Amino acid sequence: MAGEIEALERTAGGRGPLFWIFGLLPLVLLAGLLALFAKVGPAGIFEAAFPPIEELTIERIYFTEDGIGVEVVNGGPEEVTIAQVTVDEALWQFTAEPDAVLGRLDRATLSIPYPWSEGEPHAVALISANGVIFEKVAEVAALSPVPDGRYFATFTLLGVYVGVIPVLMGLLWYPFLRRLTDRWLNFFLSFTVGLLLFLGVDAVDESLDFAGEVAPALQGVALVAAGMVLAFLAVSAVDRSRKVVAGAAGASTLVLVYSIAVGIGLHNLGEGLAIGAAYTSGSIALGTMLVVGFAAHNTTEGLAIAAPLARMGGRVSGLVKHLLAAGLIAGAPAILGTWLGGFAFSPVWSTLFLAIGAGAIFQVVWQITRMMGRKPEGSVFAMLNAVGVALGILVMYGTGLLLVS
Amino acid sequence: MMRGSLGAAAGLAGTAALVGGESQDGSGRPAPAGEADRAYREQGEYEPGGGPHSHDSSGTVGDVDTSQFDPMKFLEEFDYGQVSTLPDGRTLREYAVVALDKEIEIAPGVYFPAWTYNGQVPGPTFRATAGDLMRVNFSNAGSHPHTIHFHGVHPAGMDGVFEIVEPGESFVYEFEAAPWGCHLYHCHTLPLKRHVHKGLYGAFIVDPPEGRPPAREMVMVMNGFSTEFNGENTFYAVNTVAFHHAKPEYHIKVKAGELQRIYLVNLTEFDLINSFHLHAEMFRLYRTGTSMETFELTDTVMLCQGERAVLEFQYDTPGLYMFHAHQAEFAELGWMGFFEVMEE
Repeated sequence: MAGEIEALERTAGGRGPLFWIFGLLPLVLLAGLLALFAKVGPAGIFEAAFPPIEELTIERIYFTEDGIGVEVVNGGPEEVTIAQVTVDEALWQFTAEPDAVLGRLDRATLSIPYPWSEGEPHAVALISANGVIFEKVAEVAALSPVPDGRYFATFTLLGVYVGVIPVLMGLLWYPFLRRLTDRWLNFFLSFTVGLLLFLGVDAVDESLDFAGEVAPALQGVALVAAGMVLAFLAVSAVDRSRKVVAGAAGASTLVLVYSIAVGIGLHNLGEGLAIGAAYTSGSIALGTMLVVGFAAHNTTEGLAIAAPLARMGGRVSGLVKHLLAAGLIAGAPAILGTWLGGFAFSPVWSTLFLAIGAGAIFQVVWQITRMMGRKPEGSVFAMLNAVGVALGILVMYGTGLLLVS
Repeated sequence: MMRGSLGAAAGLAGTAALVGGESQDGSGRPAPAGEADRAYREQGEYEPGGGPHSHDSSGTVGDVDTSQFDPMKFLEEFDYGQVSTLPDGRTLREYAVVALDKEIEIAPGVYFPAWTYNGQVPGPTFRATAGDLMRVNFSNAGSHPHTIHFHGVHPAGMDGVFEIVEPGESFVYEFEAAPWGCHLYHCHTLPLKRHVHKGLYGAFIVDPPEGRPPAREMVMVMNGFSTEFNGENTFYAVNTVAFHHAKPEYHIKVKAGELQRIYLVNLTEFDLINSFHLHAEMFRLYRTGTSMETFELTDTVMLCQGERAVLEFQYDTPGLYMFHAHQAEFAELGWMGFFEVMEE
């Protein structure tokens, strides 16, 4: 026994050629196995006269004065040729930029000179050389915005209205929170936990929605998981390194505040995407409801930033500066979101941004509960705090009702 | 998604400029028919309005490989068989038919795994005179069992229903061509829908002994293809290739004042009916072509699956005349073309 341990220790210390050989051997063998499989593998018996698996994903349909534009990506394993195109079951002329032949993960933009009707649905179908049909319906046709000054201004204003102003308004609760006793401050922190839990779940839900539109090869659901876990890890690692360097509780709380701001910011980016996409796709009523709903929703996000700051008292210099900065970090991404959603909607990026937002939010929930939970009365499971969590969830649910149009 | 207030939509969208203008086709594909059409218009041959509502912005992109199957050639090609005279003085017509699996091009760049007679869809247009003896030497070089079921009059054993011809085997159909008229043939192996839809069909014309009045003759087999095999046709056409005769280079040229005769056969699968509509002229409709006295003067005819008719008409004024299925959906999915009428 002792001898074995000794042997292991000796091995652990050695970095000779054997070290590298043992490290790389499985990889070399794997490469050999794959090569062998590709050459003489049992897959051969499946090579019948089946047509190749073709997989195109229409990411976006937009409408111009010249007709219809279609952004398409090949998310399948094989090359796909778009041979013909129909709009509403009528074969139509089209041009493809850069090419109608799409290799794996290639993209193309199609221009179809089709006289579309405003306010009506249009179905675009791409027919491959093998006759496989890939269809997507644009529910409501409306002239798509192009990135000109007027649209930028409009979308920026929407973003400010949805993101920046409500969050900053929510921050005005800070003086109120400062004057609370520890008991009630814990209640409000729990309330924040409730708000954030709801937002986090909401972000995951939306992220999964977009993941469904992502080309299969880009693995939408895996993107959601990766985005969340990576965001969680990144925020945690930053928090930990700051603590090690600064060693002060104040700095740590500040990190927490900014983490909340970043998490909420990414969430608001998602909200911006939704609003921009809604206006672009002609769903004006939906877009308007989203603005109203998100504005109400986001005011409570200001509270989520202010509460932890209040917890640490006046130990931070330049408090107003931090509040404003955190408010902007949380709110301003909504502007970017409206731009992206309005001009260059992409399910891939939408999925990823929302997943990162969700991961950051869950990390922050964990942080806040740890911050509160040092004493028994600070636990989120203490009666008053549990009520706070529940209320937070209910308030978010209530403001969320405004979004249902 | 919710339908929003369109007034607001228009307001928001009002100033949007055009995106990029005309798209450049950097794909190296054949020029779309629209461009050819435009060039054609510039020659002053005809001048319908341009823009997205005109017929030159709809249709297919590119051309099929006509060296494989040429709809223009098929249109006026009749297979009279190997002709000889029997001891009793009757005419014997012998035809060689081979069933083959073959990938065919049903629209530019779109390929369909067909089952064919003699490697083409529709199969050859067999033609004989009433009273001739038909001898059809059929061999099956395909991957599935097949038959040939002729419409018309013949003995039960020549009906192509019970004598299933397995791959590698053969069968001789022998019967007297009767009655005169416009008929058809198709595979009658089960599953029937699949065997017909895959391409095993064609026209079978039996001429009256005294013949029909001289005319320019064409055969049009109305068909469709469900590329996803889901019972819904992706493309429609006469003689397989969607929109072929809609392209300026493949317009059907017609001499003004000359009698035109179309042998029209409906072999569209899945859809209950198909139809033929002629623009700016009326045709004499001889149903099944079995009478030369009884006809109807019309410009639209509806045919059930397997129904057929002989159509006669003439144009007197040069110009472009459209013909198509009067189901707009079929027309827009490929069943449309033009007669280009020229001075005598």
